Amino acid sequence: MDMPTPNPTVLAKKPRLVQRLRQVLPADAVIDDLSETRAYECDALTAYRCPPLLAVLPASTQEVSDVLRICHEEGVPVVPRGSGTSLAGGALPTADSVILGVARMNEVLETDYDNRIIRVQSGRTNLSVTGAVEAEDFFYAPDPSSQLACAIAGNIAMNSGGAHCLKYGVTTNNLLGVTMVLMDGTVVEIGGAHLDAGGLDLLGVICGSEGQLGVVTEATLRILRKPEGARPVLMAFDSNEVAGACVSDIIKAGVLPVAIEFMDRLCIEACEAFAKAGYPQCEALLIVEVEGSEAEIDDQLTRILEIARRHDPLELRESQSAEESAKIWLGRKSAFGAMGQINDYMCLDGTIPVSALPMVLRRIGELSQEYGLKVGNVFHAGDGNMHPLILFDANKPGDLEKCEAFGADILKLCVDAGGCLTGEHGVGIEKRDLMLHQYAAVDLEAQMAVKDVFDPQWLLNPAKVFPLSVSESRRAVQVAAE
Amino acid sequence: MRPQTEAELAQIVAGLTAPVRIRGGGTRGVPGPEAELDISGLSGITLYEPGALTLVAKAGTPVAEIEAALAAEGQRLAFEPMDHRGLMGTEGTPTIGGVVAGNISGPRRIQTGAARDFLLGVRYVDGMGQVISNGGRVMKNVTGYDLVKLMAGSWGTLGVLSEVSLKVLPKAETQTTLAISVPDAATAVRALSVGLGSPYEVTGAAYDPASGQALVRIEGFEASVAYRAEALIRLFAPFGTVAQVEDDPWPGIRDVAPFHGREGDVWRISVKPGDAPELAARCKAEALLFDWGGGLIWALMPTGTDLRARLGEFAGHATLIRGDRTQHAMFQPEPAPLAALSRGLRQRFDPKGLFNPGLMG
Repeated sequence: MDMPTPNPTVLAKKPRLVQRLRQVLPADAVIDDLSETRAYECDALTAYRCPPLLAVLPASTQEVSDVLRICHEEGVPVVPRGSGTSLAGGALPTADSVILGVARMNEVLETDYDNRIIRVQSGRTNLSVTGAVEAEDFFYAPDPSSQLACAIAGNIAMNSGGAHCLKYGVTTNNLLGVTMVLMDGTVVEIGGAHLDAGGLDLLGVICGSEGQLGVVTEATLRILRKPEGARPVLMAFDSNEVAGACVSDIIKAGVLPVAIEFMDRLCIEACEAFAKAGYPQCEALLIVEVEGSEAEIDDQLTRILEIARRHDPLELRESQSAEESAKIWLGRKSAFGAMGQINDYMCLDGTIPVSALPMVLRRIGELSQEYGLKVGNVFHAGDGNMHPLILFDANKPGDLEKCEAFGADILKLCVDAGGCLTGEHGVGIEKRDLMLHQYAAVDLEAQMAVKDVFDPQWLLNPAKVFPLSVSESRRAVQVAAE
Repeated sequence: MRPQTEAELAQIVAGLTAPVRIRGGGTRGVPGPEAELDISGLSGITLYEPGALTLVAKAGTPVAEIEAALAAEGQRLAFEPMDHRGLMGTEGTPTIGGVVAGNISGPRRIQTGAARDFLLGVRYVDGMGQVISNGGRVMKNVTGYDLVKLMAGSWGTLGVLSEVSLKVLPKAETQTTLAISVPDAATAVRALSVGLGSPYEVTGAAYDPASGQALVRIEGFEASVAYRAEALIRLFAPFGTVAQVEDDPWPGIRDVAPFHGREGDVWRISVKPGDAPELAARCKAEALLFDWGGGLIWALMPTGTDLRARLGEFAGHATLIRGDRTQHAMFQPEPAPLAALSRGLRQRFDPKGLFNPGLMG
């Protein structure tokens, strides 16, 4: 993975920068010792590491504004960081950047059940947003797998999804407003407790911009009343194709489950060994969950099971109790951990049209043979968001490179099938160099024009999202300005 | 100018030397220069996969054509786009490009989302005559910046849409509407909040002061709708008499039917629902209609009224939908730093200021 050469002028500014930042932040919020900055050298894409120049932990919007103003004046790049759970390297530092962590900003600022909103500081974790409202039977819908740890700031940066977005949408559909600090320190309020933009939908383009347009410090989120109940059903099939066809038929029939999860044999076996969820041994497993009152659930599941029976399932297992429901989800939720027990793995995130599912799975199987690396598939089938997990051995020379080449081939396959490189993890550095497979140069130019407007010097979250060759002229301006 | 293909559209834009008004069906009364760039020639559904809940159509495709194709498969545009013809006194054929450009949504927006939430991808021609693609046709996509959302509701000021890709949803098997007789807006908004805050998936929450009724819609499978209606009737009992309505009032609410044929300016105000009763009172309007649980206020005002002056400072925005937009800006003026960002984006996307200039500031 190529990263730009650190700017020596910026590196030389470290003492002066530390001194200036300590004037606006408490002493313990400016971290400059290498032994401590190492804690920020990577995110969940641990294959790539680079300690930052320094790290700061502001505790308020004002402090974020002060930090950004100083870095802007000094021409120093800034990498915003939520909880560091990005699988795409979205929070990977460069050696000449300041990590701006929002972890100290985790307060709930307002809960308003009548208007169904919550306002939080952006360092608050996803699950603790729901935690703040669940006593009143409300919840925050987007539920990425990392929800225990990941911050709302990162969710907004990556427009995170989760297992339940088939019904509830992803972050952008549940985000109503932000307080954001621009690179020059200007604080802007966008959106709020009301719906839709009064002018251009700036909120829409900020969400998913991977921290390259500004640093979000507060967010107004939509909260929803919890359904009366939910119940999953497990379906076992003897081929991926049949399971894929069943998914499509369920959707076509007008029943919209809250989640449709898919696992293939390798994942099923790994989960079984790891979590002992009691899954049937088969080629493909679906977990379909519906919500409502007991009677409503019965009604929907009757319709869904009727469709499933037309596809000759090996087994249909309807949960009969809360314990059984938990057990059905247990395997799926521990899938990543289970795969980690077998080997190192790389988790991909391509999305495809649901109709292309059988073809893409078959082709992934062929590629697996060609590369000699095993791949397990576990994903959100209802919306075509795949998570192929490629197993490799990090200690074996050349294995990581082989795995990355395999991954790139799978993602190109997703694009060629009418899909995209990433459904919910983001581009970061991981998929940066594949962007030209999905977009033409003019398409990327249009996206970069947005960054030009928000961050004219290209200081925020450098070297992410856009291939280095494509962003080169803009980054050159930044260095020349020194 | 009426291009028949995207390539022709790009060629026309590249050769433009003076500003144009972009027109789909011409039903939404968008003001602008005399010269018209008519997109209705770019028409037709290019892809529809019911099993993947996705539809792709050229921007000039009539909304009615899309709705008919979806209905044949038991699906629909869940965001329920409004038809402006009755309110604006216009004729013509509403197009999907116009719906997207204006981020036009109806009563179901409160529960399921706006047009922008169902927009998966766009192709458009920018001010330099370049064809740009963003997003795609899959339901989850975070590959690069989301220009899709930026284009939705940009009213043509950033580029001319040539093709849009949409998420569609199954049509509900049945629906019912409950009417709660309420004494005032404050009671109505409280009742609607109780409905929207219940687990019963309310998909419409409106209040018509003329009839004194707060209206709540429930959709789904028959048994489920009956069950939820019964539960909601119990919840609403403290607010007033509750009745089940036979007719379907929602197309009328969507299209603001109570204002049709009446003189005056029409404003559309987006607010926090709880603020609605007080802000609506400040309008001193000739007529009001509340949707989105109170979060959307339609106000019929005497011609030329400066509604924003009456509202004063408030959290939200007021849009002049029908009235003289040279006298009062169509869109709520933005705070300086946001206005600067919006201006910067327009300058980058349309440097020559060709598309609907002045419409959004």
